[in-house]
Amino acid sequence: MSYVKPLFHHPSLKKNKVGYVKADYEGVISTLCAGCGHDSISGAIVQACYEISLEPHRLAKLSGIGCSSKTPTYFLSNSHGFNSVHGRMPSITTGANMANKELIYLGVSGDGDTASIGMGQFVHAIRRNLNMVYIVMNNGCYGLTKGQDSATADFGSISKAGSDNPYQGIDLAGLALELNATFVGRSFSGDKSQLVPMIKAAMAHPGFAFLDVISPCVTFNNNKGSTKSYSHVRAHIEETSIFDFVPHQEALTVEYDKGTSKELELFDGSKIQLSKLAPEWDPTDRFSAVNRLHEAKANGQILTGLYYINTESEDLHGKLGTVDQPLNKLQQEALCPGSEKLEEINASFR
Amino acid sequence: MKEQELLVNDLVVRFSNVNGTGSASANEMFAKSIFRMGIPVTPKNIFPSNIQGLPTWYEIRISEKGYLGRRAGIDLLVGVNPQVLRRDIDSVRPGGYFVYDSSKKLYDEFIRDDINYIGIPMISLAMGEYESARLQQLFKNIIYVGAVATLLDVEIDVVKEVIAEQFAKKPKLIEPNYKALQLGIDAVKENYSYPLNVRVERRDKVGDSILIDGNTACGLGAIYAGATVMAWYPITPSTSVAKAFETYCKKLRVDPETGKKQYAFIQAEDELAAIGMVIGATWNGARSFTATSGPGVSLMNEFIGLSYFAEIPVVLINVERGGPSTGMPTRTQQADLISSAYASHGDTKHPLLFPSTPAECFEHTVKAFDLADRLQTLVMLISDLDLGMNNHMSPPLKWDDDKKYDLGKVLSAQDLEEMEKPFGRYLDVDGDAIPYRTIPGTHPTKGSFFTRGTSHDEYAKYSELGEVYLRNVDRLAQKWETAKTLVPQPEFYQKENRSDIGMLFFGTTTYAAMEAMDLLEAEGIVLDSIRVKAFPFHAQVEDFIEKHKQIIVVEQNRDAQFRSLLINEMDLDPVRLLSVLNYDGTPITALTIKSQIEKHMAVAM
Ligand SMILES: Cc1ncc(C[n+]2csc(CCOP(=O)(O)OP(=O)(O)O)c2C)c(N)n1
Ligand code: SF4
Ligand SMILES: [Mg+2]
Repeated sequence: MSYVKPLFHHPSLKKNKVGYVKADYEGVISTLCAGCGHDSISGAIVQACYEISLEPHRLAKLSGIGCSSKTPTYFLSNSHGFNSVHGRMPSITTGANMANKELIYLGVSGDGDTASIGMGQFVHAIRRNLNMVYIVMNNGCYGLTKGQDSATADFGSISKAGSDNPYQGIDLAGLALELNATFVGRSFSGDKSQLVPMIKAAMAHPGFAFLDVISPCVTFNNNKGSTKSYSHVRAHIEETSIFDFVPHQEALTVEYDKGTSKELELFDGSKIQLSKLAPEWDPTDRFSAVNRLHEAKANGQILTGLYYINTESEDLHGKLGTVDQPLNKLQQEALCPGSEKLEEINASFR
Repeated sequence: MKEQELLVNDLVVRFSNVNGTGSASANEMFAKSIFRMGIPVTPKNIFPSNIQGLPTWYEIRISEKGYLGRRAGIDLLVGVNPQVLRRDIDSVRPGGYFVYDSSKKLYDEFIRDDINYIGIPMISLAMGEYESARLQQLFKNIIYVGAVATLLDVEIDVVKEVIAEQFAKKPKLIEPNYKALQLGIDAVKENYSYPLNVRVERRDKVGDSILIDGNTACGLGAIYAGATVMAWYPITPSTSVAKAFETYCKKLRVDPETGKKQYAFIQAEDELAAIGMVIGATWNGARSFTATSGPGVSLMNEFIGLSYFAEIPVVLINVERGGPSTGMPTRTQQADLISSAYASHGDTKHPLLFPSTPAECFEHTVKAFDLADRLQTLVMLISDLDLGMNNHMSPPLKWDDDKKYDLGKVLSAQDLEEMEKPFGRYLDVDGDAIPYRTIPGTHPTKGSFFTRGTSHDEYAKYSELGEVYLRNVDRLAQKWETAKTLVPQPEFYQKENRSDIGMLFFGTTTYAAMEAMDLLEAEGIVLDSIRVKAFPFHAQVEDFIEKHKQIIVVEQNRDAQFRSLLINEMDLDPVRLLSVLNYDGTPITALTIKSQIEKHMAVAM
């Protein structure tokens, strides 16, 4: 069952630049378990869209199947949504994006949805540099089918039933880096101050933006010994930097020490500001990002923050060389070559 | 051996080659030359699932009467593939001709005393003229074209004209081809009496027909229908649909000023992704399609169910091949009928269209887009390898410039503004069980909805309530009734019924069935015929069946799948439906139909 939230707007609620209050970005009330990490991520998405003053119909939200994939009903009710089939969100998003290059595509998936059944589509969306935000709500298990280990469960992580995982975990952010995804980061559902600006930056990035967000499953994978529990993540988190996103035409507010900070300008003029950088890591240098990730892993740390960004990538439309106008706006007059042309074609077959 | 009687414009010529040796284009030029002489031809490529080195045959039926089905019995065979010499020689009908490369001696064991042998030293001639092995191989093909053209009295000027057109973009190659052609001509003229009593003669029997394959016509149909997103994964025999779409898009859909493309053509990672992309694109308001064959359709099943239940228009061009499993990938069958009609789990059914000529491939592809958008569902165009990959003599492709795309019930921003009641994505407003849809990005605050494959109410909200579920699926059943009124009507072959036996067929079986009617009629057996063009079955199909005591269903699969569809959908008494079946991977022949019908008549009727 879904419940509609009362649309009661407190008069003091501030409107954003396009005239919407935060509630305009919300969805129906969540039916996920109380405390589920996924709900926090939904909240961060609402916050990010409100803050960047996105008109809700400029975004399409898509997902696969799972507790995580249910979340698009819990945010952005004024946006079109598509809850597709298990593991196949990337192909639906690819087609949607081909039809209209002007919308923002936000794909939501789970670790089962992406790292197992949907692995093929995930890597191919990266390969094509599809212009989308791809969020994995990563809880190391299959929540919706009652807690089986997923392929991102770490080696040795202990399940609720007490068994330890004998398989290597798949690090989706590491994989995305390896495949040359053009925007890769990891965050934690419990760290809104980092997650919100990362979502904003991902939306501004004109290519495949991947966010692996650790999102504890309170019901099936929050036990002692699980490496995806709230307490384990909090105890082992290590940030690449303090991350801030500054939309186009807004001034930077904080000045950081030179040497440990970096400013990156995105395609649309917005900026990413990073401070407290680790030495020997440069977010525009993929090799340094790979090294940084491996180093953190070797130290038993869960590295969050932006790993890598390529600010000059060419997305799938660029690679295909499609016209500027969205394909779904082309009318019959432009698309149908007409009978005279067909006569010529017929003649070539005589 | 009895002397061959004069046989004009009624013969089957077969070329036996090794694949990957460039023979296909030489053979095609030969067929086209006869077509240019105004004589109906039906070429068929019989090829292996392999790239180089295996046997391949190219068979041309030449029929002044315009019979376009396959016919058994080979009158003249050009055998240049030593691997299958025995088989080739055995396949020539008694009294027929075997043309071979006499550069090497033909051993006694290959000599049959009931056929004629014509030796042309093809490779020796080629070696005398050309340096490289590749050229020798290529021109050897043209040498036999020259020889056979002379033997059968094909007009050499016409052959030359076809060669010149073939190499219009590489004019340097024209002269050397003419030279090779002449070598073949001379080899016959100097050593044999010509033409043979089996021969061709100019006629005026092809009108404005074209010689084209069905897949090219489907690709063109999709362009004319306004498809902008094509996603596919390579598989025989559907690959050339994608190829045709891309080839013609490059000519017809590129903005001349910017050089940018008015289409997105994506080779997906598999068929699941291909149909997922199509669903995403049509959901987002672009016309989009995919093309695949047997195994690909099997993979697409989960998504097919989604498009049915979430009511998303999809056009799927399904070019059947021999199944099951990988089956016979380069042979033809009509064996994916039940699996297409009811594809995916749960209660699902999908409109199917059955073209029988390339012109209909074009027309029905356009129709498929209109139907999919109108009905908001997946529509499959069911073709097969024979129709899709072989050239057929076909009426020209037709486009009416007054035709407007039927994009179905899509609400604009203004429609949404003016609506009094709240928008319900799955509300049956008009009583035809077809709801209205909106495209993402249309309006800032109105018309958004959540598409899902889970059970939903009229407002696209999730619900597992039995009554909500029933309302929805019963509406879908009612939409099926609407579909019956929109699909193409069947075709009849008599002004009024003359018999209580009716023959029913569809798709590529048509050519052979029409010829069979003549054969049967010549023996005094008259029956009525109907060609079905679509599933669900139009009311006229039901009416035809009702009016005949016995129905003979002709189809190309083992299990009589079309017969099952008829029985199932119309609740017919199975006893009333007899089958004529052909499923060895070769196109059905008129004689097969005739003899199976005669057997039925002897037993049951
Ligand atoms: C083809 C198919 N197989 C299996 C399922 C059952 N199923 C539903 S959700 C799910 C796993 C979800 O795990 P994940 O993506 O990690 O999401 P979570 O629930 O953990 O957020 C599975 C296996 C399905 N819906 N479809
Ligand atoms: S089962 Fe786990 S993932 Fe699913 S809603 Fe509950 S806490 Fe979240
Ligand atoms: Mg999970």
